[in-house]
Amino acid sequence: MANPFRAEVKQLYKALLFLGREYPKGADYFRERLRAAFAKNKDMRDPDKIKQLISRGEFVVKELEALYYLRKYRALKKRYYEAE
Amino acid sequence: MSARVLVGVKRVIDYAVKIRVKPDHTGVVTDGVKHSMNPFCEIAVEEAVKLKEKKLIKEVVAVSCGPQQVQETIRTALAMGADRGIHVEVSGKDYETLGPLQVSKILAALAKKEEASLIILGKQAIDDDCNQTGQMTAALLDWPQGTFASELAFEADKLKVVREIDGGLETIKIKLPAVVTADLRLNTPRYATLPNIMKAKKKKIAMVKPADLGVDVSSRLEVLKVDEPPTRQAGVKVETVEDLVGKLKEAGRV
Repeated sequence: MANPFRAEVKQLYKALLFLGREYPKGADYFRERLRAAFAKNKDMRDPDKIKQLISRGEFVVKELEALYYLRKYRALKKRYYEAE
Repeated sequence: MSARVLVGVKRVIDYAVKIRVKPDHTGVVTDGVKHSMNPFCEIAVEEAVKLKEKKLIKEVVAVSCGPQQVQETIRTALAMGADRGIHVEVSGKDYETLGPLQVSKILAALAKKEEASLIILGKQAIDDDCNQTGQMTAALLDWPQGTFASELAFEADKLKVVREIDGGLETIKIKLPAVVTADLRLNTPRYATLPNIMKAKKKKIAMVKPADLGVDVSSRLEVLKVDEPPTRQAGVKVETVEDLVGKLKEAGRV
């Protein structure tokens, strides 16, 4: 892993791992895909490309948070409110 | 504004878990089952934190009643932005029979002790669906209540609450101090991210016992039996309209 981005990448990985615990298809499924995705790029050295990959990772974090929120909102709406 | 807000949070079985009834029909399986904060309580915490971010209130205190494990739920509230937590320790048999009446007595006692001017709760818990704690707390304190709130706004020294009711929306103005219960569309709760959870470890969680607050947690209710809902009957397909009318007549519907 490139030295200047080591801390950022680790933080991103930990954040994704934490979010993955609630993944609908299972935490293990998510963890496997996460490790594969990070391992695929482990030899990347170009700082611009690394930054791009990190922002893609942050985008995935936001997508996951949105997914979890929508799932919960829809489930609660269905359970507690009359279908309009 | 030197206002302090008390937010009640409840640790319940996660909304996505498939509930199973215990073989002895005394309750629901909770051992080893994923628990999390009641979704309506998340909305309540979010609203309190939003009010603090708008500088309309000074401090957000998260409260939960139960055994050691509820501290996780309080930590989630702290990670979402609450300033400190209060863990009211109730365990064993007392926890099994803990209901809205006992919790509202505890919250009322805490509100007086902490000099809170606003209590925000979730409208109901997804495990017992009582929808009583907010209302009872307001009654015990003789405070006005804004229940099923889908919008909150401060107007001078009053609170404007838009409530979701059967007929649509009702807007009321209530004086502070008051109790508000959060409905689904009040806000979008933020996710408690890992860095926030780490930061929240530094925030304090005070421990108290109901006896310290002068509250008796004995219950006057006894759960007799817990059953699964009846399985859905399979539908019947018919070929013609005459068949349909015939079946409806059989069932006594026509």
